[in-house]
Amino acid sequence: MHEWSLAEGVISTAISVARDNEADNIRSINIKIGELQQVEMDIFNLALEETAKGTMAEDSEMNISFDAAVLKCRSCGKEWDFEKSKQDLSEDEKESIHFLPDFAHTYIRCPDCKSPDFRILKGRGVWIDSVELESR
Amino acid sequence: MDPRIELIGERLEKVENLIPVASGKGGVGKSLIASTTALITSERGHDVGLLDMDIHGPSAHVILGAKGLDFPEEEKGVLPPTVSGIKFMSTVYYSGDKPSPLRGEDISHAIREFLSITRWGSLDYLFVDMPPGVGNEVLDTIQLIRNPEFLLVTTPSKVALSTVKKLVRMLSELNISMRGVVENMKTESSPDIAGEVEEMGVPHLGEIRFDHDLEHAIGSPDEILRTKFAEDLKNIFLKENTLSL
Repeated sequence: MHEWSLAEGVISTAISVARDNEADNIRSINIKIGELQQVEMDIFNLALEETAKGTMAEDSEMNISFDAAVLKCRSCGKEWDFEKSKQDLSEDEKESIHFLPDFAHTYIRCPDCKSPDFRILKGRGVWIDSVELESR
Repeated sequence: MDPRIELIGERLEKVENLIPVASGKGGVGKSLIASTTALITSERGHDVGLLDMDIHGPSAHVILGAKGLDFPEEEKGVLPPTVSGIKFMSTVYYSGDKPSPLRGEDISHAIREFLSITRWGSLDYLFVDMPPGVGNEVLDTIQLIRNPEFLLVTTPSKVALSTVKKLVRMLSELNISMRGVVENMKTESSPDIAGEVEEMGVPHLGEIRFDHDLEHAIGSPDEILRTKFAEDLKNIFLKENTLSL
């Protein structure tokens, strides 16, 4: 599952930040999940828990916020929610965007002018907003 | 913070030699050289990977005659499918035959995603088929990957040579290793460019004769390995000891 990769990246990055700052423990990790990545939250939470086991992130609080994806056409200026395009995508197309969110340009078109040339304004993928550290 | 950056280093930590195959312009045979070099080193018993980094125009799957192109197997990431003995990864698994009109920032994000999900495992060589020029893909490779050693491709044409000079200059300024320049599509009437290449401070590794039969071999790795093109390429690597064949 791709969720395991994403979780691995989050935990590795948080540990790296803790080491760089000579911290002893990670109190919390604040994570933003972009809608475009279509993360399965149950699997992602399990993957975070399992990946953090035996590390200084084992008892960290995982604060996860959801970031809705918004797209804006570069040709006609139309702004729209990914949710609107999602209903027209096949399962395989959704799966492709799950692995490579920027490949939304391969499958999604502007609802008004049909251009594939759009910006992903927000909600692209997984991002760490901040890591709270503790030192003894 | 982007969690993918940390992961990319971990994904590539068991790759002994990471060799981006690059050129200043398109049409010089870079993808064929990247794919054939991967086939040659694999044939010699090395564990080899090939990554097609050309987001807009992936072509290595055509050269290797890769069939199916279903989603790669998932196991806490993505496992590159094996094609003709090579671990092969390309965005074509996710885009199929559809165009992928990504701009600069989107390309960088896609590359980060791509490099962070792919689990190569242990490899002696990972060849990266780069798109031409000094755009996002080359800059991101330099930024994200530890110790890449570029293999550069040119033709004897002044046009190709002038663009590869720019690439050499940029890589030199950034202190990036270059194994050397391979001169492709050499004909009897071609000018001698070896001196000009050496003047750039990069080894001129050798020449590959223009091979009229190569096009017919595309899509069949066995036939590619029997071409004069592959023979010349193999001789270059044996002579210069550029790769441990």
